[in-house]
Amino acid sequence: MGSIQLKSVTKAFGAVNVITGVDLKIENGEFAVFVGPSGCGKSTLLRLIAGLEDVTTGQVLIDGKDATEVGPSKRGLAMVFQSYALYPHMSVRGNIAFALKMAGESADVIEQKVRKAAATLNLTDYLDRKPRQLSGGQRQRVAIGRAIVREPKAFLFDEPLSNLDAALRVQMRVEIGELHNALKTTMVYVTHDQVEAMTMADKIVVLDKGSVAQIGTPLDLYNRPNGLFVAGFIGSPTMNLIKGAPAARRGAATIGIRPEHADVSTTAGEWPATVRLAEHLGSDTFVHADADGIGALTIRLEGEAPLTPDQKIYVTPREEHLHRFDKEGRRIN
Amino acid sequence: MAMKQSLRKRVGVTVLAWVVAFLIFFPILWTFLTSFKSELDAIAMPPKFLFFHWTLENYAEVQERSNYLHFAFNSVVLSIGANVVGLIIAVPAAWSMAFAPGKRTKDLLMWMLSTKMMPAVGVLVPIYLLFRDLHLLDTLTGIGLVLMLLNLPILIWMLYTYFKEIPVDILEAARMDGASLLNEILYVLTPMSVPGIASTMLLAIILSWNEAFWTLNLATSDAAPLTAFIASYSAPEGFFWAKLSAASTLAIAPILILGWFSQKQLVRGLTFGAVK
Amino acid sequence: MATQQTTTAGRYLVAPSVILLFVWMIVPLAMTLYFSTMRYLLLNPERTGFVGLANYTAFLSDPNFIAALFNTLILVGSVLVISVCGGILVALLMDQPVFGLNLLRLMVIAPFFVMPTVSALVWKNLLMNPDSGLFAWIARSLGFSPIVWFTHYPMLSIIVVVSWEWLPFASLILLTALQSLDEEQKEAAQLDGAGPISYFGYIVLPHIARAITVVVLIETIFLLSVFAEIYVTTSGGPGVATTNIPFLVYKQALLDFDVGSASAGGIVAVVLANIVAIFLMRMVGRNLEG
Repeated sequence: MGSIQLKSVTKAFGAVNVITGVDLKIENGEFAVFVGPSGCGKSTLLRLIAGLEDVTTGQVLIDGKDATEVGPSKRGLAMVFQSYALYPHMSVRGNIAFALKMAGESADVIEQKVRKAAATLNLTDYLDRKPRQLSGGQRQRVAIGRAIVREPKAFLFDEPLSNLDAALRVQMRVEIGELHNALKTTMVYVTHDQVEAMTMADKIVVLDKGSVAQIGTPLDLYNRPNGLFVAGFIGSPTMNLIKGAPAARRGAATIGIRPEHADVSTTAGEWPATVRLAEHLGSDTFVHADADGIGALTIRLEGEAPLTPDQKIYVTPREEHLHRFDKEGRRIN
Repeated sequence: MAMKQSLRKRVGVTVLAWVVAFLIFFPILWTFLTSFKSELDAIAMPPKFLFFHWTLENYAEVQERSNYLHFAFNSVVLSIGANVVGLIIAVPAAWSMAFAPGKRTKDLLMWMLSTKMMPAVGVLVPIYLLFRDLHLLDTLTGIGLVLMLLNLPILIWMLYTYFKEIPVDILEAARMDGASLLNEILYVLTPMSVPGIASTMLLAIILSWNEAFWTLNLATSDAAPLTAFIASYSAPEGFFWAKLSAASTLAIAPILILGWFSQKQLVRGLTFGAVK
Repeated sequence: MATQQTTTAGRYLVAPSVILLFVWMIVPLAMTLYFSTMRYLLLNPERTGFVGLANYTAFLSDPNFIAALFNTLILVGSVLVISVCGGILVALLMDQPVFGLNLLRLMVIAPFFVMPTVSALVWKNLLMNPDSGLFAWIARSLGFSPIVWFTHYPMLSIIVVVSWEWLPFASLILLTALQSLDEEQKEAAQLDGAGPISYFGYIVLPHIARAITVVVLIETIFLLSVFAEIYVTTSGGPGVATTNIPFLVYKQALLDFDVGSASAGGIVAVVLANIVAIFLMRMVGRNLEG
């Protein structure tokens, strides 16, 4: 009912190729996240799906039907903008009701649907306020309410949480996830924050400079990144990537080991290193060390590890979690 | 010491400023005062400043003898009518330039502004002949059309600057909400730009009200607005200063009031954005 | 942000304005150009056809034209000098901490909003009339004989009226520019030991130089077309003492009914205005970039 497919889609703005060839399919009901560094084209891709930009070549299919030439007002999709884009001259009620008014619904139906959406998002008390009288989190809810009330084929979120403070961000993340569980509608979510991607997605699309680097479930991407880019992008702190002798010994140009998959000993181990800094969070300890002949390493240890700067340690990777990459940066299985 | 000096300076500067402002404003004030004098008082030597017999006879006469209201009506209809029509044409054009600009948009905008710089005498002959042959001379329609065309570049320019201040994602949200282009302009863009539209109309009405070249040359009586009515006092009979003052006060009062509210628009509109 | 649909819609929406302005400007201008090459007297219906540039040579060598051109330049130049210099002084004055600034601004701005026919007639009669005008009374009180403004100094009288009308515009624009000069520059200058004259010369003037240029260009465009004030006071006289190019064209078109000659004059006026417009558009264009 809400499947979206992109076939060989490219997008150029003048001479600049922003999207260089994307093929992907989002199934009905999936929560898909487009993630990547700034400038990778993820927002552009979302806008192409929304119809706010035209594709240069390729097709956009919604529910199997070609929507490439269809205008944004007719695609049956709802979008939550990064800036919320609320109508400043309308009340919350007016904002939520606008789409229904455009669809020509009767006043009774509109009132009923607005009430329902407001209740779902705890906005009932604010229905008569104007956007400028609301806090950031409340405005966000209105933006979501505006989208929900249309019962769209899919929701499109363009970095909706980036304007919120950290605590609110965590709370809204959970709420959006719960919304998805309740509505079971397709959601396409754009973010640069890989934590949001990992926690919310059924399927993650990692974008790099206008093309797809990898598509998969969060754990797929975490356990089997198909290349250096995805390996370095997913996971926080970033995966340690090591070239040279230790890599060659294992038959690769580069090997990667995540900070949580290495052991630290003060007595023996594969790579001798000097502690530069140890960050004590109580629940974890992040050890930043300089390994001889290898470079900077970050290791995550559970609990409290009493390490101090300039201390000599030995770092040993756990072989079963080691990733190997060839000289083109692709995964060796 | 410094405090006293700066207070003295401030008082001195204030006095100077008030004197200068008063001198600049004086002719208007004098006209206002003279409008309440009898004709004999108006030409009295030495001039009477405040102590004379104040009368409203000039205002009555200006209406009874020369039908002031007819000309005022024309001014109102022309100024408001021409610019309302102009607004309806200008809003879509400004939308287009602000939200769907092409490569040529900037050049187009500059060309439109340049039409305002064309001297009227350059087209006086053909316009006059055209109007004569089309029976548009001395008609509200004809003159209104000219006034509308004179202001169209300013309307478009000012609306364009106001529209550019509106975040485009709000309009995109309206599109996602299923709004057609007409709905987008009607329900979202226009309500959000009400202050800008009001300011633009204010300036446009002022410019049309005071427009003297075309109104003097294309209108004789039926469609003659206040500019032409006042011009009839250039060949008067008998004593007329008090009546001229009354007619003038009535003619300029509405615009002085509107003008007070539109100073910022004046800067924005008439310098074409070259001064911020 | 633009799609094929919005771009196409954009073209349709701007089309009416483009067509209207094109017709308003190009068509009549082309007709004027055409007429200027014809011998066409409205009182003599036999149009004897193409005379090429004869109208131009006649017009340009007509002593009336030389006088009109001269008067136009004098008028524009004088009003520019008076309104800009006066405007700077008034703007400097109003930029000071004065009491009642709002009312002050209203009084200074007001003349710009007075229609030109009112301005001209009020000045000619109530103020400048040599018998009962206010200036006459002031002159006599000081022991001078009153100036017969419009008879002896017609051009000067017109210049006075038009300067009064445009001084507020210059003041407003220059005041706006002055107010964008922040306090800290002034304080820094004071600390550096700059007196008021050098402060003005080195800091204020460069800052408002651009605004001055804009004022000069815009005023010139409009001053080249001064008409109503002359129409209601001197009708271009005595003789051609106050005839400027717009008035000359008007006279030839609507009083002498010499369409050919008037059209040639109209084209000359357009050329003059274009010279100024080119400079102004360059400034506007630069601003549109940013």
